[in-house]
Amino acid sequence: MGKLLRKIFLVDLFQGLWVTFRNQHPKYIYTEQYPQERPKVAERYRGAPRLNINPDNGETLCISCNLCALACPENLIVVTSQRNEVTKRKDLTTFTYDTSRCMFCGLCEDACPVDALELTQDFELATYTREGQIWDRQTLEEGPKPTQYKC
Amino acid sequence: MPDATFLDSTELVLNMGPQHPSTHGVLRVILKLDGEKVLGADCVIGYLHRGVEKIAENRTFAQFNPYVDRMDYVAAVSNGLGYCLAVEKVLNVEAPPRAQIVRVILTELNRIASHLLWLGTHALDIGAITPVFYCLREREEALKIFEKYCGARLTTHAFRIGGLLYETYDGFEKDIRDFCTMFLPKVDEYEELLTNNRIWVSRLKNVGVLTADECKEYGVTGPVLRAAGVQWDLRKAQPYSGYEKYDFEIPTRQNGDTYDRYTVRMQEMRQSVRIMRQAVESLAEGPIMGKVGKVIKPAVGEAYVSIEAPKGELGYYVVCDGATQPYRVRVRPPSFVNLQALDRMVRGGLVADVVAVIGTLDIVLGEVDR
Repeated sequence: MGKLLRKIFLVDLFQGLWVTFRNQHPKYIYTEQYPQERPKVAERYRGAPRLNINPDNGETLCISCNLCALACPENLIVVTSQRNEVTKRKDLTTFTYDTSRCMFCGLCEDACPVDALELTQDFELATYTREGQIWDRQTLEEGPKPTQYKC
Repeated sequence: MPDATFLDSTELVLNMGPQHPSTHGVLRVILKLDGEKVLGADCVIGYLHRGVEKIAENRTFAQFNPYVDRMDYVAAVSNGLGYCLAVEKVLNVEAPPRAQIVRVILTELNRIASHLLWLGTHALDIGAITPVFYCLREREEALKIFEKYCGARLTTHAFRIGGLLYETYDGFEKDIRDFCTMFLPKVDEYEELLTNNRIWVSRLKNVGVLTADECKEYGVTGPVLRAAGVQWDLRKAQPYSGYEKYDFEIPTRQNGDTYDRYTVRMQEMRQSVRIMRQAVESLAEGPIMGKVGKVIKPAVGEAYVSIEAPKGELGYYVVCDGATQPYRVRVRPPSFVNLQALDRMVRGGLVADVVAVIGTLDIVLGEVDR
């Protein structure tokens, strides 16, 4: 009798559907609508490198000490500088960073004594050419500009 | 080699890999078959050889640290710990207590992540598809903690020689506690799916048996050895990084077959949670970096440190000649040694069992080929 009632009232079906609907709660949704919604990466995420500039006067914070280039396991940072006759300091002329060989270990940012070089939360590093992977000083200061998609 | 069957069939040589999905990477196995019976197996390795040990000779001690993560990329934190401990031994420094506790928490979390990936892919090889989704779901939580702690999910570069670079983030302890409470019921869930599953049991029981004596002959370590009944865990046998302070058990089984290796690893995940809970409770304030100079330049000497990685004994042998670069770094990867027992384990079995045996050995080809 009980079995028959179970069949008539579709108890098993509703039990199964309940399991399905229980997992519809938004906190169980793992799918990210990637190009429209960018995932939030952790604060310490080691992504695209950035050469910080002083927000007040727009000058670079880099003191051309070359420590990042020495710390890099892959030798992918090249820093060139010129001696400033007035201040007797080194002025940064070029700074190239080859992201195609970078493994984002973070040793360069550890080595930087003035927090000029930093690995940021940007993670979209794909380019159409290999040359585009080699970042010069301007790209490093401005950061990558990935295409923004509208929802 | 078993005698030829009465059918007097000719031997068939079958190539399995290097692109076969169940070889977990680029392993090529040359199988000698008699019908469906395996007469022998030869492994061809080296497809993922990157010369890591040679790279070490051209890098400073600190610079080589990110490369070790790329050997066993499933358990990068354990690799980093082994290398850092070896260099610390040469330098004769020790990480401060707080750093040691954080190291223990992260390596145990990594052990869980590694075992979860093993369980998912192993079950997938056998034919159970559900566990891989469940396992990757929980592994994601572990990887999120890694990302929050050190900024990378897989190739973490979490530890530095002498201690840690990163202080724990706000809410680290809560995240670990939440993970522990969340994770234990999930292990029960996996066990519910698999442990008494008839297909699972009949595919694994008495498959790829490796007795304790054979394990010792081959030098096999880790869960494979413990499933054969040998109570050998380096965390207990020669404690490092303060493992002697934690109360945990070494799970062992007697038969040494694939099913026992499965149960041992499931138990190990529970024990890891137990260690993590104790470690989080004992986490006290303090420095995280030992007395290590900016330029690491050890005196002439050598050191060998082995740790219990998720896959077995992971050893680092570092030789210094007084320069800032190591003279030689030799890695003793558990997967490489465990893989050598493959031929012994598959002989006399069926072709389908080869897949189960490769899965149960839990090899990572990045570590085998280095």
